[in-house]
Amino acid sequence: MSTTVSKLDELKTGAWSGGKSPFSVEYGKLMMWFFLLSDAFTFSAFLIYYGAQRFSKISWPDPDVVFQSIPGIADHGYPLVFVGIMTFILIMSSVTMVLAVEAGHRNAKKEVVWWMVATIIGGFMFLGCQALEWTHLLHEGYWWGAFPESYTGVDTVGALQFSNLFFTITGFHGFHVFTGVLINIIILIMVMANVFQKSGSYLMVEKVGLYWHFVDLVWVFVFTFFYLV
Amino acid sequence: MSAEHTNHEHASEHEGMSKKKIWQVFFYLLGITAIEFFIALYMIPKGMMGHDMGVFIYIVLTLVKAFYIVAYFMHLKFEKFALKTGITVSLIFIIYFIVLMLIEGSYQFLHMN
Repeated sequence: MSTTVSKLDELKTGAWSGGKSPFSVEYGKLMMWFFLLSDAFTFSAFLIYYGAQRFSKISWPDPDVVFQSIPGIADHGYPLVFVGIMTFILIMSSVTMVLAVEAGHRNAKKEVVWWMVATIIGGFMFLGCQALEWTHLLHEGYWWGAFPESYTGVDTVGALQFSNLFFTITGFHGFHVFTGVLINIIILIMVMANVFQKSGSYLMVEKVGLYWHFVDLVWVFVFTFFYLV
Repeated sequence: MSAEHTNHEHASEHEGMSKKKIWQVFFYLLGITAIEFFIALYMIPKGMMGHDMGVFIYIVLTLVKAFYIVAYFMHLKFEKFALKTGITVSLIFIIYFIVLMLIEGSYQFLHMN
């Protein structure tokens, strides 16, 4: 009996015994993870619905035919080249973001500023490419509820679903890139105003970095399921 | 207590992500994307690989890329075990949803077309 009491009185030091954060992550960063998890569910829902639609239709537009132009250079004959450039831009901007976080760990303000500017430029370049691609597809006749007249008969069913899902999903992703760029700009201004230099921690750069990498992560899946498969 | 704790957290976040490692992960991602392009633009058109096999390899390579982004760029590999499992195990719902919706899609393909 007495041993039980002394066991209860013992000071517990485990991760879950209270008094400290078991995740050992700052509150805002943990909340960013939770938000990203919920956002992952949203994007998954979109992409899985896309997969289900594609499975259920007899025919589906061939991505090598739909995406074969390089806006401003060639109208057709180059499948995947333009989206390859877009993918490269986004991976590259993800790297500059990690480098900003890494510089933040060393409290190197100048480097953080430089890498964040590079990330923002990458974000704008990606958005520009997406605008070009959307414009090109619009001229071809694709839009929400619309598809080129070259699709006839049973092919129209899949083409309509393809149009709707392509613009919805890449649009939702593009919106994420856009908000990511905005948040990056806000954080960049805060870095330049010495906010983090004064507080002694560049954790905020890490949090916006998590969001930015998530946007890159989603693109990896969009790229595979819309352009490759 | 709290200050000590923050220090420890900071130290554990340092490990693993040197500049060298960042560029290494970047070249992995670039290399995997290059392989995907090689399959899409060369191997499948030349008939060296079937379309279904290509799709299977694309999905595997995509998951590898996702792992590198989440583990290294998003730093999840260096977080506490509880956070790592908390985030990754939740994704089981996505797998469930994939199975559910693809079965539904196949059913529609067979019975509604």
